[in-house]
Amino acid sequence: MSAPVTEKSGGFDIRDLKKLFGGGGSLKQFGILGALVVIIIFFQIWTGGKTLQPGNIINIVQQYSYILILAIGMVMVIIAGHIDLSVGSVAAFTGIIVALAMKDWNFPWWAAILLGLVVGGLIGAWQGFWVAYIGVPAFIVTLAGMLIWRGGNQFIGDSATVPVGTGFQVIGKGYLPEVGPNFGLNNLTMLLGILVVVILIALEVRGRRTRNVMRASSEPIWLSVLRVVILGGVVLVAAYLFATGRVGTSFPVSGIILAVLVVAYSFLTNKTTIGRHIYAVGGNKHAAELSGVNSRRVNFFVMMNMSVLAALAGMIFVARSQASGPFDGTGWELDAIAAVFIGGAAVSGGIGTVAGSIIGGLVMAVLSNGLALKGIQSDLVQIIKGLVLLIAVGVDVYNKSQGRPSIIGLMTRNKGGQAPTDDATSALVTPGGGTPDTAVPADLKK
Amino acid sequence: METDRSSHPTILEMQSITKEFPGVKALDNVSLTVRAREIHAICGENGAGKSTLMKVLSGVYPFGTYDGDIVYEGAVVRFRDIRQSEAAGIVIIHQELALIPELSITENIFLGNEPGRAGVINWVEAQRRAIELLARVGLDDDPDTQIKNIGVGKQQLVEIAKALNKNVKLLILDEPTAALNENDSQHLLDLILGLKGKGISSIMISHKLNEIEQIADQITIIRDGKSIETLDVKADGVDEDRIIRGMVGRTLGNRFPEHTAEIGEVFFEVRDWTVQHPLTTERLVVKNSNFTVRRGEVVGFAGLMGAGRTELAMSLFGRSYGKFISGQVFKDGQEIKLRTVAEAIGHGIAYVSEDRKSLGLNLLDTIKRSIVSAKLSKISRGTVVNELEEAQISESYRKSLRIKTPTVEEGVTKLSGGNQQKVVLAKWMFTDPDLLILDEPTRGIDVGAKAEIYQIIRDLAAQGKGIIMISSELPELLGVSDRVYTIFEGKITNELPVAEADPETLMRSMTSSSQKVDA
Repeated sequence: MSAPVTEKSGGFDIRDLKKLFGGGGSLKQFGILGALVVIIIFFQIWTGGKTLQPGNIINIVQQYSYILILAIGMVMVIIAGHIDLSVGSVAAFTGIIVALAMKDWNFPWWAAILLGLVVGGLIGAWQGFWVAYIGVPAFIVTLAGMLIWRGGNQFIGDSATVPVGTGFQVIGKGYLPEVGPNFGLNNLTMLLGILVVVILIALEVRGRRTRNVMRASSEPIWLSVLRVVILGGVVLVAAYLFATGRVGTSFPVSGIILAVLVVAYSFLTNKTTIGRHIYAVGGNKHAAELSGVNSRRVNFFVMMNMSVLAALAGMIFVARSQASGPFDGTGWELDAIAAVFIGGAAVSGGIGTVAGSIIGGLVMAVLSNGLALKGIQSDLVQIIKGLVLLIAVGVDVYNKSQGRPSIIGLMTRNKGGQAPTDDATSALVTPGGGTPDTAVPADLKK
Repeated sequence: METDRSSHPTILEMQSITKEFPGVKALDNVSLTVRAREIHAICGENGAGKSTLMKVLSGVYPFGTYDGDIVYEGAVVRFRDIRQSEAAGIVIIHQELALIPELSITENIFLGNEPGRAGVINWVEAQRRAIELLARVGLDDDPDTQIKNIGVGKQQLVEIAKALNKNVKLLILDEPTAALNENDSQHLLDLILGLKGKGISSIMISHKLNEIEQIADQITIIRDGKSIETLDVKADGVDEDRIIRGMVGRTLGNRFPEHTAEIGEVFFEVRDWTVQHPLTTERLVVKNSNFTVRRGEVVGFAGLMGAGRTELAMSLFGRSYGKFISGQVFKDGQEIKLRTVAEAIGHGIAYVSEDRKSLGLNLLDTIKRSIVSAKLSKISRGTVVNELEEAQISESYRKSLRIKTPTVEEGVTKLSGGNQQKVVLAKWMFTDPDLLILDEPTRGIDVGAKAEIYQIIRDLAAQGKGIIMISSELPELLGVSDRVYTIFEGKITNELPVAEADPETLMRSMTSSSQKVDA
């Protein structure tokens, strides 16, 4: 682990800058992350500073956390070469069951959440069975699921709205509580930010050592410092913003759930055998099978996992809107799929990252939010979102067809490249090593 | 180099073609002269620039993206796309055939060139012409047959019929016989010769040097993006060794490694193995096969394509092919069950597929991830992969197998065929197999890499592993194996120690079951 490496740091070479967020391609690999930053700055200016106000970013996290959670599951489904159209309906179906369980059967909120996850798991097992063991294309299975679970929601709930109690609402509307002395900001949020920075530094130290051993070369020390300063800075600024919102608000509970999931699933896709198997099956199913991978089990897992996450997303939504309704989750599948593809996944499978999908989802979230702040009508917002999706993927495909490293693809497929991550909400950097072509793990080494 | 053949007019002259990709000079000042009524072979190792040159010629790389001139039928031509080159009578048939499996022969022949008016196809005319064209290529199948229902040999003929329909004057064939068996290959070569007699010149890219020797008039050798020399087959008395010398730039002393095999006891035995075709239940693709493998031994399996060699291997490897009917497998005296690939790997069996790209590798993956992919558990704690170990292991394979790549973090698509094959070998060596089944381990890779692969095979045997090598190339089987089985129509027809085997004997056993020898 700690083979001696000659330190020749100190010399400043501008080319090393490229390695800031990954390997040696070009600056283009900032790609979609750069686009996100540009969009944030653009709206920050256009809305006269409203975009980055504490209240607004808290709102963005609460409003889009469930789409981002769906995107995590969706990218795994898409990497494996499938699609899931049923997520919105699954979310709605779970929502109504959970709401009724609390209202009619007097489930405590925690038991209701467990019940919701079990329901999601059962639905996922059902869909996974058809996809993996019968061989029906996931498009068909989940198209059917879209109808079945939507109908199920309206049948069970009698097409009515069922309210949920305040205990349950925490997962959608809750914030980190106020503790300790009053400094005029939310102490826990700030502490969380500092904790994340400490973890970042630890991971950087560790990742640096691993990278140097693996590449048998040392990267300049200033690169690591710069990386930590930039990421740490973003984290602390974000934490400060979340901590200084309206009294009673702070970093949302749904944001914490999201952050935990992003970290966990980045780890799963990048560092574990099941993650490797998902990429292998999506990249070349026959080769994977001839390497001893049980592709059925992989397909079953990704479909089932997706429905569990959809159930969770549905519950967060119900908690936030304080009730389960017959039209919850309509169109979510499209938002989640869009996020994944903006984040650089390939329609044919085998390529994609959790981190990229989250960034893709944030691009859509900031865009919708910014347009809403400016009072743009929702019809126009839809048109703009559609065009953004088309152009983002179009540029990607065009660049690939020209044999040029693609803007989005570079981030995920570039030789020796790692996906840069910006996740201001979770403020945790995850390596993009999940993609087949990606290189060295960095920050999440455990 | 000028001979009396120069009486034929020059049809094509590519002058000082240079083609650069970012960072790579794929073609460096390459010249090629093809005369009318000539079969011109282009030889070179993989990655030498043969295909790039043909893509320049056919307009895949349009005018302006390369330097140099193409003079065709006396005039400088500037093709902007394939349609323009086809209109001029230059038709390229790629190694991967461009036919639509679900469409009929007729529909494929006229795809993009449909006879008719205002978009309405005249099917009567199409049919009439299709029959005519099929007769010219010697194919008597019903033109309404779907492409997917005819063999790959006949598909190749349909491609040529398609080219004839475009009034081809210069036919470019990229590895036309790579997927064909001996009979189909011969038929195709005869057809190309026949076309020459009718005034159609051909440019042929092939790794099968015996075929080139057989039909080519001129051979241009390309090495590292440069045209090295042009040989006149008859005048220069060219043989395979001469071509190889030009291709690799040196004389290959012995293409096959010297070895003294230290053969141990029988450790792997298959008894009465019978397998059904996956779709047609009455068809048995492997019939009552018995064979053994000893430690340290390379066992060759000879058979024509379709004889059941691959099917036998894949059905053993975790029942990856067909419906298992009966048979037993013994390893070290114990009967073992190989119901899944994972079980087979667990029992120390590895299978290197003949189809590297679609069955051997995930082409989206990096070298290092490919190498460890068949036994991730070996470098994982619980379910977490140790990526440091992964990098170190793949790095050590890169060195020991001499995989040509700057780093193991490179994608496998960036490697040449020979180096991809080394990655596949590394992947299976990493599983610590006792028995390696190598299915056409040198298909589509260049001569230099072949020699390296042979050496790796012998080294593995020297470590006491048993090797089954399936190959269509008899010289290779005879050069590398210790013992050879022949297969014909799913049956093992003969078994010979390599010292007693010669190509004629083997070929006889590969084409008839009369010499049944009890194994």
